[in-house]
Amino acid sequence: MKGILYLNQFFGQIGGEELADFKPEIREGLVGPALALQQDLGDDVEITHTVICGDNFMGSNTEEAVELILSMLKGKEMDVFFAGPAFRAGRYGSACGHICNAVKKEFGVPVLTSMNDENPGVEMFRKDMYVFKGGASAAAMKKDVKAMAKFALKLLKGEKLLPAAEEGYFGRGIRDQIWLDPPVTAADRVIDMLLKKVHGEPYETELAIPKSDRVAIAPAITPEELSKLEVALITSGGIVPVGNPDRIQSASATKWGKYDISQIDDLVKGEYMTIHAGFDPAAANNDSDVIVPLDAMRRYQKEGKIGGVYKYFFSTVGTGTTQAEAARMGKEIARELKKDGIRAAILTST
Amino acid sequence: MTREIEREGITIVQMANLIPVAKTVGVNRLVPTISIPYPLGDPATPKEEQFKLRYHRVGVALDALTVDIKEPYLFKVKI
Repeated sequence: MKGILYLNQFFGQIGGEELADFKPEIREGLVGPALALQQDLGDDVEITHTVICGDNFMGSNTEEAVELILSMLKGKEMDVFFAGPAFRAGRYGSACGHICNAVKKEFGVPVLTSMNDENPGVEMFRKDMYVFKGGASAAAMKKDVKAMAKFALKLLKGEKLLPAAEEGYFGRGIRDQIWLDPPVTAADRVIDMLLKKVHGEPYETELAIPKSDRVAIAPAITPEELSKLEVALITSGGIVPVGNPDRIQSASATKWGKYDISQIDDLVKGEYMTIHAGFDPAAANNDSDVIVPLDAMRRYQKEGKIGGVYKYFFSTVGTGTTQAEAARMGKEIARELKKDGIRAAILTST
Repeated sequence: MTREIEREGITIVQMANLIPVAKTVGVNRLVPTISIPYPLGDPATPKEEQFKLRYHRVGVALDALTVDIKEPYLFKVKI
């Protein structure tokens, strides 16, 4: 049987962030992680090709990238398609999910990928495909590749598949009827569960309802109010004064900074820059307004559309940052804003 | 981050390139940007054009703050 693997520019050995705009390419044979995947698959499945695409190209031109890749795959023998592992890399995870979905739809083959549970790609795609529970970084490469390979072999050989949690992928929300061995009737199970609950013991529901954390939509502000209010600027794009005085991390940030912009109308080159390690910084270093649009905000202030711009802008880095850290930083920034009576904000992300 | 700020009742709009990601993490008011490294101004275009685009999209974002929405909404941009 034959398989094909999708990688980003980094794991495809094209290069780092500066090459994240790399257009998709297909290579015959094995590149990077494909070697390990082939080893784990053994003689049963041959990885014939490796597809490589830059994360930013996939992120910004998803339709074009997907179409290009599908046309490359057309006519190729393929029984299974792999993508990643993507670990905690959000753009990569999202790319793996997009391409897996498209391949599944176009060619009808099973698609497998692997991501860390902090990767936003998990929530986006777990319902559509096998997303294996991967490690936080490439240190887990061997283990994550093995998990995908092992399951692919089971799947292709038509072996009995176990529930998601036992196989090691994120549940897809699919219910399957199974026979318990030994059999326990539903009435017995529910009483067991109830007793455990009553006794405060841990128990496992048979009907898990996925929780989704939504917040109430904040009320609209009237244009009249807006013309009197100061609007705050916040970014996860890593814009800081040159020198990065708060030493915010370039990836997996746990810190944020606030910077006084009350006396300036424009974030000029040489005074502001980005420390974000997740994209080519050239454009933002040359003109940080492309990420924190202070110049445009000042124009709206002059025109009277807004009362002003809050005296500080807030900044952190959103790459590799866990959702838990992002939530904490969001809370802290919200507290600062509330303290100064700020009711409106624009957050720019990269 | 956006979600936590909104949770405090601050009306917030996120300008983002990876729209599906932003939707997944619960952003309610959303305005698209043009790329990851330069969300609001393509360096391959003249400065004036970059400003025009930025001015337009920031304007859409400010208007988004004044729109009463019932569910997460992606606001449309013209340039």
